[in-house]
Amino acid sequence: MATEKNTPERHQRPISPFMIGPYYKPQLSSILSIAHRASGVFLSVFGSALLIYWLFALSQGAAAYQAAMLWLVSIPGMLLLAALCFAIYYHFFNGLRHLIWDTGRMMKIEQANRSAIFVLSGSFIASVLTIAIVGGWL
Amino acid sequence: MKMRHPLAHARGLGSAKSGTSHWWGQRVTALLLIPLVIWMLYVVIVYAGQPFQVIQDFFSQTINSILAILLVLTMLRHAQLGMQVVIEDYVHSQPLETILQLLVKLFAFAGAVTGVLAVIRLALQ
Ligand code: HEM
Repeated sequence: MATEKNTPERHQRPISPFMIGPYYKPQLSSILSIAHRASGVFLSVFGSALLIYWLFALSQGAAAYQAAMLWLVSIPGMLLLAALCFAIYYHFFNGLRHLIWDTGRMMKIEQANRSAIFVLSGSFIASVLTIAIVGGWL
Repeated sequence: MKMRHPLAHARGLGSAKSGTSHWWGQRVTALLLIPLVIWMLYVVIVYAGQPFQVIQDFFSQTINSILAILLVLTMLRHAQLGMQVVIEDYVHSQPLETILQLLVKLFAFAGAVTGVLAVIRLALQ
């Protein structure tokens, strides 16, 4: 039994339906929850890799560093940076929301919906400001 | 009737045998990441577009190389703990899950070694 997981195919017993899918209508709470997971995975795969790539490129000296940074200013490179920017701000603000919940606070539905709007607008504004500053428009 | 042995209750490890340590690890690294990520955003916004020598000067200050190493280690640990749960939730084939969990740990470890070494080399250039 140790190697078996309780997959629905193996055991025909009811499982609770996914919050995202045909059974529930979309809600702020469920959408932000799955977005926290998606941003966490995206940051883990691309964000930490890029951070280490940057530090490693720097450690190889000026010439190697400049060569290693070239692709980042291409269109796909900039799109990746912009996506990471949104992901980190979103995961950061929503992570704060999670940590506040972990203390037992702000768990009423109206409070959760209000903090959801705060997280969404906060990460949008912070991302746009950051991109504007780095892009030299501000 | 209580079906659970009192010893299991005293140990407090639950059915997965790891107790609350994973949960705590995810929260403690999240708390540490709050100041470290703010610092990282500051560094990226202010320094990423600068010439190499400016960035090198910045990282040659001890406090900045210490913060960079703390950031790399805390972020990779937080990411590994987080990816672990995602894989547990969605990958239901036992051999594949084990392989993925090991790969995530391997990448986190290799990333930590690479990142720490890079910061040290950069600081001492
Ligand atoms: C200040 C920055 C951060 C804070 C406050 C934070 C906070 C959190 C919290 C509280 C959780 C647990 C959420 C839950 O209970 O479902 C979490 C999950 C996670 N975080 Fe972070 N995090 C931060 C940065 C990062 C970074 C930089 C990465 C990746 C490099 C990352 C990757 C993940 C992953 C993969 C998960 C698991 C997602 C899931 O289980 O659904 N986080 N984060």
